[in-house]
Amino acid sequence: MLRDITLGQYYRTESVIHSLDPRVKIVGTFSFIISLFLVKNFIGYVIAALFLCACIKLSNVPPKFIFRGMRAIFFLLLITMVFNLFLTPGEPLVSFWKIKITKEGIRLAIMMGVRLVFLITGSSLMTLTTTPNNLTDGLEDLLKPLKKVRVPVHEISMMMSIALRFIPILMEETDKIMKAQMARGADFESGSIMNRAKSLVPLLVPLFISAFRRANDLAMAMEARCYRGGEGRTKMKPLVYKRIDIIALAVIFGYVVCCLVFGRILFR
Amino acid sequence: MKKMIRTDKLVFEYIRRDEEGNVEGITRAIDDVNLSVEPGQFIAILGHNGSGKSTLAKHFNALLYPTEGEVYVDGMLTEDDEHLWDVRQEAGMIFQNPDNQIIGQIVEEDVGFGPENMGVPTEEIWERVDESLKAVRMDKFRKSSPNHLSGGQKQRVSIAGVIAMHPKCIIMDEPTAMLDPNGRKEVIRAARGLNQVEGITVILITHYMEEVVDADKVFVMDKGKVVMEGTPREIFAQVDKLKALKLGVPQVTLLAHELRKSGVPLPNPILTRKELVEALKACR
Repeated sequence: MLRDITLGQYYRTESVIHSLDPRVKIVGTFSFIISLFLVKNFIGYVIAALFLCACIKLSNVPPKFIFRGMRAIFFLLLITMVFNLFLTPGEPLVSFWKIKITKEGIRLAIMMGVRLVFLITGSSLMTLTTTPNNLTDGLEDLLKPLKKVRVPVHEISMMMSIALRFIPILMEETDKIMKAQMARGADFESGSIMNRAKSLVPLLVPLFISAFRRANDLAMAMEARCYRGGEGRTKMKPLVYKRIDIIALAVIFGYVVCCLVFGRILFR
Repeated sequence: MKKMIRTDKLVFEYIRRDEEGNVEGITRAIDDVNLSVEPGQFIAILGHNGSGKSTLAKHFNALLYPTEGEVYVDGMLTEDDEHLWDVRQEAGMIFQNPDNQIIGQIVEEDVGFGPENMGVPTEEIWERVDESLKAVRMDKFRKSSPNHLSGGQKQRVSIAGVIAMHPKCIIMDEPTAMLDPNGRKEVIRAARGLNQVEGITVILITHYMEEVVDADKVFVMDKGKVVMEGTPREIFAQVDKLKALKLGVPQVTLLAHELRKSGVPLPNPILTRKELVEALKACR
């Protein structure tokens, strides 16, 4: 069962968005997020909403999956909106006791809410349509310039992909250790939170020991296969921009320009 | 002809330390080992746990360096930094735990890992991946995740990963220890195929005697020393000596040995079931 766990939340299907180069998707998502914070009026948000809907439509991912991510941020959303609603100074609309709701407050609360929802939707669309592997590859390539300032970009991305490979293995191992401890009378399910946290110690110690042992073995296996860092390494699946990627970049650029012109410059 | 692997008075010591890091003592894991392996041979190294056989194997791949003496792989000194990567490319290594040596998240990506490190051009990587997956008959699984494979299949993927680097020699450090009988058979068959079809030298480290029967040459290790050396026939003729080294012999050989002791006139040694049947028929 644990072997089938999907990481991130990749949704397997065929679509234009799925086939895009991961770098384009990362750049696109970031431009989209930045555009949300530059836009100052209603028209800008309409443009952003249209763009987002078009992307969702193109991605063939059922909207159900996309909005699932929203549950996780529901409270964050609520708190942000409530704080903005009550704590923004300005022209009071309703006021009772010490609390007052201002016109600016309503405006800001709605804006923040919409921003957050769009932000989460946009970024989960990226993770839904890109395999974790592709994502790390894309990130490595995009962050390459940071190598000049001695950021170990290749190493970080290698670590990320190894972590992704070992998560299911370690999960299975956790399960095994847990069962072994339970067979000897360990109790993970009852008691106060403190007690339950304490009962995790005998689970974590063997897990860590085994993780270190695995890491040691893996390092040896990698060395035996001539691994020597990113220098002089070739790629089996190099990232190449295709025509569709160029078109997508142009579309993203067009969207950002539209957002700026209509959402910030033309209508203040 | 150049030897594939040659060790010359090889000694390896490691320092034991207590919890504060003080030197407790020095252990000689390998003690004055001289052996040589010809290209194309199928070699088996036997020994019980702690006999130093894995430590020896790590010297062939420059993962460990000798304390004293020398190791040559295809004429290259392993301690020579200049040749480090050539040594590792020519002498591939398979480890015991199949989970801890697969790096890629997809079978084909893992097989491509070695060639990627060597800087092989992209198109050639694909060719190598194709041919090596075919060589271990795992081409059907090329798009699978390693987590969904059985132990024997994972170990075959590891072998494919090593073949893709075009080695001259493959060192297998107890590749079957964590597998079920079926997986064991698959892996040994793959190793034998490589040896016979591709002419790759195979050094198999194991404590399963049945895997050793077809080897060209067997080395038996005990306490860091090579104590016996010869063809499987020569080695298995000495059942009592092997027993003293805490090693078993193949079941058939043991049965023949016991029968011989109780007076049945059988030739020594008998390695396969077929041989035993023939010999018993001759007795009638």
